[in-house]
Amino acid sequence: MNIPSDLKYTTTDEWVKVEGNTAIVGVTDYAQSQLSDIVFFEFQVEIGDEVKKGGVIATLESVKAAADVNAPVSGKVIARNESLTEKFELVNSDPYGEAWMLKIEMSNPQELDTLMDATAYQKYCEEREH
Amino acid sequence: MTEPTLFELSSPGRRGVRFPEPDVPKSALPEGFVRKDLPLPELAEVDVVRHFVRLSQKNYAVDYGLYPLGSCTMKYNPKINEDAARLPGFALAHPLQPIDTVQGSLALMYELQELLKEITGMGAVSLQPAAGAHGELTGVLIIRAYHQSRGDTKRTKILIPDSAHGTNPASSAMSGYEVVQLPSDKRGNVDLEALKAACDETVAGLMLTNPNTLGLFEENVLEVTRVVHEAGGLVYGDGANLNALLGIARPGDMGFDILHLNLHKTFSTPHGGGGPGSGPVAVTETLAEFLPGPIVTILEEGSEEVPPLYGFKMPNRSIGRVKAFHGHFGMMVRAYTYILMHGAEGLRKVAEHAVLNANYLLARLRHVYHIPYDRICKHEFVAEGIWDDAPGVHALDIAKRLIDYDFHPPTNYFPLIVREALMIEPTETESKQTLDKFADALIKIAEEAHTQPELLKSAPHHTPVGRLDEVKAAKELVLCCWFPEKESQAA
Repeated sequence: MNIPSDLKYTTTDEWVKVEGNTAIVGVTDYAQSQLSDIVFFEFQVEIGDEVKKGGVIATLESVKAAADVNAPVSGKVIARNESLTEKFELVNSDPYGEAWMLKIEMSNPQELDTLMDATAYQKYCEEREH
Repeated sequence: MTEPTLFELSSPGRRGVRFPEPDVPKSALPEGFVRKDLPLPELAEVDVVRHFVRLSQKNYAVDYGLYPLGSCTMKYNPKINEDAARLPGFALAHPLQPIDTVQGSLALMYELQELLKEITGMGAVSLQPAAGAHGELTGVLIIRAYHQSRGDTKRTKILIPDSAHGTNPASSAMSGYEVVQLPSDKRGNVDLEALKAACDETVAGLMLTNPNTLGLFEENVLEVTRVVHEAGGLVYGDGANLNALLGIARPGDMGFDILHLNLHKTFSTPHGGGGPGSGPVAVTETLAEFLPGPIVTILEEGSEEVPPLYGFKMPNRSIGRVKAFHGHFGMMVRAYTYILMHGAEGLRKVAEHAVLNANYLLARLRHVYHIPYDRICKHEFVAEGIWDDAPGVHALDIAKRLIDYDFHPPTNYFPLIVREALMIEPTETESKQTLDKFADALIKIAEEAHTQPELLKSAPHHTPVGRLDEVKAAKELVLCCWFPEKESQAA
């Protein structure tokens, strides 16, 4: 299980990379491995939308299940990775890199404190395995 | 051996019927409406009959063997249902006939409504919805109509436990509601604290399945419905799992305001490809005026000599029609037959045996498969299809391997709260011998998972085609089989 140490994590298996006041968001390796092969991806927000922490920003479907992707932090959507709607298999092959989903300009960066670091997230994943 | 498609079997000029030369003048069709080519397969009657018979022989069905598809209640469908549905008075009735010419059909619908009211403990029933999810949508629209009728427009949320059927959130979203998911507690019940925290004046209702998709009875159901009612919300019951309660407990007594029933599950009408389904919706007396209609009612009371006159009535504040004409009438005949064949005692036995069968299987399997919420189950239970000491084997591999043992696989990867879920519902119609064979197969497969995992990963082996590429099937939707050269001609 790949859990990069420089990212923050949610209990619903999203990751956040912080660059200044911008949060780059995607889903974790654990999430993609649980879902298995992704067969559909759709954004639920537009550039310029205000999102709330926990709100749905995208929907993923695999052969097993459909899952919502939730906003890890609140703020304004400033970029979307449009290539994902065509090449959703990137979520399986490169969840932390090419499969980034949104960039959010954070309205409340203190929300980052509520997220897990890599060690805590690793433990959280292991707990769910047993 | 694989069966070719009708297009592959097609041979130019072959046909099933040769029409005689017309004995009236031919009339020309309007210019723009005539196609140059119509790429349909060309076959004789015998080709078509043999094609479909061969396909049917490759099929798996409740008439062939155990079909333990969790939450689908794939019970055997007694053939007397088919006899009843084929009686000419039912089979040949037309929905636009004057009511005095179809009194028998209307009487059957009325009596079925009454029977379903008695079985569920509810106040009124509409037979219109075509299937379960359609019943859900109908129910949520009734919730909306009820709140709107009171001028209460601030209710925007529907609460749904994470152990609910996947269609519940979809039905709520389609009705314009925001879906709020509730977690389950350690025993597989709705987490009461989370429910209380979520209940405020914006809650329109709760959608609850009892027993839930873990096959577990909601132990706090009275408390759950009380909390929602106190917050001003309504409680919707997903009746998909009613088979576990028939004749023993009634949703109406548990505090449900609305409930759909699946005649194609609990009441033995054909399910899946054999449908169509039928999803009647039952409500409390308070909500009766919102039901979709028209509903069969007694227009004139009968006497000892004269039977009552049945007819249709639209409820006062009905959400309207949800189906053309009166729903799937043929299914109503089958369900009515099933209920009368069993009687009250028999229906109770159905539930008892369904629960006994599931618990027998659970007892045989719990030492081989991990059961995450292990307590006395109702009509079904959920096992994990994964072992720490058999890496790489998943629920899907177990499901596929079961096909080699001549069983239909159980529901898998649902509910989502169990990892690698295998959801097993044997139903009451299976004998101990069949259950034992199925348990033996699952125990053997668990052994194979540890000793010969490749056998599972490449299963099924004894089918016309091997493992299907589900990813490709989902990504590349090819729904027609055109001859490439014909397609180019048509274009």
